[in-house]
Amino acid sequence: MAVTGAVLVLFLVGHMVGNLKAFLGADSFNEYATFLRTMGAPLLTYRVALTVVEVVLAVAIVLHMWAAITLARRAGRARPVKYAARRKSQANGYAVHTMRYGGVIVLLFVVYHLLDLTIGVVNPAGWGGTPYERLVASFAPERWWVTAFYVVGVVMVGLHLRHGLWSALQTLGLASGRSHRPLKAAAAAVSAVLVLGFLVVPVAVMIGVIK
Amino acid sequence: MNLTLKVWRQRGPQDKGRMVTYRVEDVSPDMSFLEMLDVLNERLILEGDDPIAFDHDCREGICGMCGMVINGYAHGEQVATTTCQLHMRHFEDEAVITVEPWRAAPFPVVKDLVVDRSSFDRIIQAGGFISVPAGSAPDAHSVPVKKADADAAFDAATCIGCGACVAACPNGSASLFTAAKITHLSLLPQGQPERDSRARAMVEQMDAEGFGGCTNTGECTASCPKGIPLDTIAQMNRDYLRASK
Repeated sequence: MAVTGAVLVLFLVGHMVGNLKAFLGADSFNEYATFLRTMGAPLLTYRVALTVVEVVLAVAIVLHMWAAITLARRAGRARPVKYAARRKSQANGYAVHTMRYGGVIVLLFVVYHLLDLTIGVVNPAGWGGTPYERLVASFAPERWWVTAFYVVGVVMVGLHLRHGLWSALQTLGLASGRSHRPLKAAAAAVSAVLVLGFLVVPVAVMIGVIK
Repeated sequence: MNLTLKVWRQRGPQDKGRMVTYRVEDVSPDMSFLEMLDVLNERLILEGDDPIAFDHDCREGICGMCGMVINGYAHGEQVATTTCQLHMRHFEDEAVITVEPWRAAPFPVVKDLVVDRSSFDRIIQAGGFISVPAGSAPDAHSVPVKKADADAAFDAATCIGCGACVAACPNGSASLFTAAKITHLSLLPQGQPERDSRARAMVEQMDAEGFGGCTNTGECTASCPKGIPLDTIAQMNRDYLRASK
């Protein structure tokens, strides 16, 4: 969970920074998209480096899901008889209890996101458009429900990271007595920055700041 | 005080078990939860009924024998308290209280609220000890131990092995118990020679017993009557990763 999660978090940071290029105009954004495909040139040919990144991410996602399913199944076997009384959680807050169903929502969100902005099959600008055209078309004001779905998806990612970042450090044995509170605060701060950084672009398109 | 109890009754390991409702009247707020059950049991015996079986021994919060899930909370909602030290003044008059045993596959129910915690003993047997000649106590300070380490080791050593961490964990994980025992020894000089083999053996035994995996929810620490910190789990993970290299 921790190692595959860390790979995905590193990707998210890069992805968010890249997205913000939308504020620098269509040329800057499209140029960045071209750079992603020509990374490592001339040593590597077109899209080789990007494909490697995509394969690493896909493997990380599959292993992350495999670990999550294994943990959920072990938890089910460890408590065959459930408690009759329901109780409130005493620890670590709301985010902890969103990890499993939240993970499924994030997965559905990622599938839609790839169909929308990567493959373009559910995007009005389609496969033929430039990345910038697809971005502007997807979050157009009349398609406000797409932006709303992205807000839900990204907030779920944020909640997932709110617990996941700190939990990964704990799993890898990197958290200790004194660093406990600062690490938890840092996990919350990184999650908040990622959520805001990801949401500012679709919202800017929807309200017409980016067009 | 007058109370309504919904108690898990199970005749034996093979019985399916069911919740049974009892009315308990004239309960003193100064009684402990166990004393309240004693009063109910005396009445059940007089009525020719089978008394409710529950584990208990010292009744002063240090032995780790007692433990039941009260209204869904291991040892009740009161923090850092064992069931024997939980007093009825924390409940309201006419309250309806649900009482269940620890629920975990590695803690099979023996009868009513009594569970078999031998799985904890087997985790200790796997490595929760130091193999040194047990002579007389060494001179104080002959082996220096940092104050911070001594304090952390002592905090971990306060684990009474009651099993509340497992009962409270949504995953049914025994990580806090195992981590407390590993941390207690791995912070002290006496624990160093077997540090790696201990971490490996105890973690493997914990998994073999059928406990769930840890997802760092923190419910264990919140319900632990001794407040064993979650850091012990990070220490266990550190030791286990170190031993696996």
